[in-house]
Amino acid sequence: MNAAGGQPGMTAVATGAMTLPLDVETIRAEFPVLRQEVNGQPLAYLDNAATTQKPRAVIDAVSGFYERDCANVHRGVHALSARATAAYEAARGTVQRRLNASRPEEIVFVRGATEAINLVAWSFLRPRLQDGDEILLTGMEHHANIVPWQLLCQQSGARLRVLPVTDAGELRLEALDGLLGDRTRLVAVTHVSNALGTINPVAEIAARAHARGVPVLVDGAQALPHVAVDVQALGVDFYVFSGHKVYGPSGIGALYGKHEHLQAMPPWQGGGEMIQSVTFDRTTFAAPPLRFEAGTPNMEGAIGLAAALEWLACVGIGRAAAHERALLDHATRALREVPGVRIIGTAAEKAAIISFTMEGAHPHDIGTILDHEGIAVRTGHHCAQPLMRRFGVPATARASFALYNTHAEVERLAEGLRQVRRVLGR
Amino acid sequence: MSDLRALYEEVILEHNRKPRNYMKRPEGANRSAYGFNPICGDEFTIHMAVEDGVVKDVGFEGAGCAISTASASMMTQALMGRTEAEAEALFEAMRDLLTHDHPDPAAAGRVGKLQVLTGVREFPMRVKCATLAWHTMHAALHGVDGTVNTEEPEERHQCAIGGGH
Ligand SMILES: Cc1ncc(COP(=O)(O)O)c(C=O)c1O
Repeated sequence: MNAAGGQPGMTAVATGAMTLPLDVETIRAEFPVLRQEVNGQPLAYLDNAATTQKPRAVIDAVSGFYERDCANVHRGVHALSARATAAYEAARGTVQRRLNASRPEEIVFVRGATEAINLVAWSFLRPRLQDGDEILLTGMEHHANIVPWQLLCQQSGARLRVLPVTDAGELRLEALDGLLGDRTRLVAVTHVSNALGTINPVAEIAARAHARGVPVLVDGAQALPHVAVDVQALGVDFYVFSGHKVYGPSGIGALYGKHEHLQAMPPWQGGGEMIQSVTFDRTTFAAPPLRFEAGTPNMEGAIGLAAALEWLACVGIGRAAAHERALLDHATRALREVPGVRIIGTAAEKAAIISFTMEGAHPHDIGTILDHEGIAVRTGHHCAQPLMRRFGVPATARASFALYNTHAEVERLAEGLRQVRRVLGR
Repeated sequence: MSDLRALYEEVILEHNRKPRNYMKRPEGANRSAYGFNPICGDEFTIHMAVEDGVVKDVGFEGAGCAISTASASMMTQALMGRTEAEAEALFEAMRDLLTHDHPDPAAAGRVGKLQVLTGVREFPMRVKCATLAWHTMHAALHGVDGTVNTEEPEERHQCAIGGGH
């Protein structure tokens, strides 16, 4: 099923992963933003699960569009419009190849993961949802993969079911079959948890859901930067992600939807671009993906996103993942040695995200004191309040790593946490 | 480290370690309000026993960061025995000092040792931590039902004034 071998670049990337370790200094040189001091210390940016920084290749792609090709897409006959349209559609092709979708029409450009989920909620699920139906989520979803479904439930009388999370922060898979019932209309699950780092076995979940005839949406917002994604191998119906979390621009993301689904779905928003013909009596709609791209799209965003995905493929997702795995192991060991630190989320399969609490130190204070040391982490509930409740904490501090982070930064984080204890007089 | 000390003054740390009037619902409490900051999860309930226009006793429950906890703790001490009008004036002075770029110079004199909390002004992201207890107390004082939410418009406005840009 995996057609990766047939794609230019993919095989080379995969073998490269095994041989050459990542040269982090070379990588860092491509990120202008990393060359700065914060509070008199070199910036250690460890908030990558919130958003990633952008490499020169992405900055150049976006400014190049403005400097050479800026025109509206799908509209003009003139040279610039033709170039812009070609670049925009080429970007769609890049996303398709990177996800290994079977055709470019399966890729819809959207604002981000949130908009993609809402699109599926209203266009795909709403028409088929009835009173008493069920939508199955998991206990580790981001609010973006909870609230849209809740809104549907309010309108339709359907209800949410939730696959629970273990103390280690893994999904309780043994409960899955019991929760998949005759009334289940969709399973929506995150590929990688933004708050715990857990990598979920989405292929297995999809297979079990499909055995019961239930379609599956996967929230890939946190997965794209860390793992190779192949939507056909995963066998999912919908896959969504945001550009800004995978080294691309914000305000752009993509929805992958199986062609048969997109083909059958009504439009979500109306406007230009998504029509075939309009009279005041009747409008006929364009075929997917344009049917779902009403209005002038985020052209420079799409082009920047494609540049980011190409850049990451060029570095090698396998190499990036190996480096991040080493950072994660190092950070896990280092944090465990800091008195009072409790790591939340200890799944066997984890991306480089560490959520933790510290005895006697509120996450907010941890965040401020680390910032003083030039270390950027996220503190709060990470838009996953049900999960925070599950672990009995109001909030956590979270360090999340990207391929440009270093082992020296891991050491600084651990030292910074000791400093937190000193400042707070613990 | 130096300006961090302005935020984490020894007095603040001490109140954080040993909050006063904490987990206490005073005898005869007749004014209560719940306040929370949805961004960071801090939440406090303030209880007051007000008799003949005088704050006889105050206590608070809940959990938050060092700044919000110390602010609540110091506030309860400062309110004991004050008239409602004095409590109102203290609230106004604290709000002025915590959120305005150019606070009324007289305000500092009115708050006494609570001034130590104003170190938070150098940390715009933390201003709401210091104001949470005060807004909650204010709501309780006025018998406002329901909850105080730091993300409601008035506060957002203050955040911008406090240097949020
Ligand atoms: C797991 C997960 N899903 C969805 C989202 C929402 O992404 P966006 O805000 O870019 O739409 C995020 C972002 O924090 C996330 O981490």
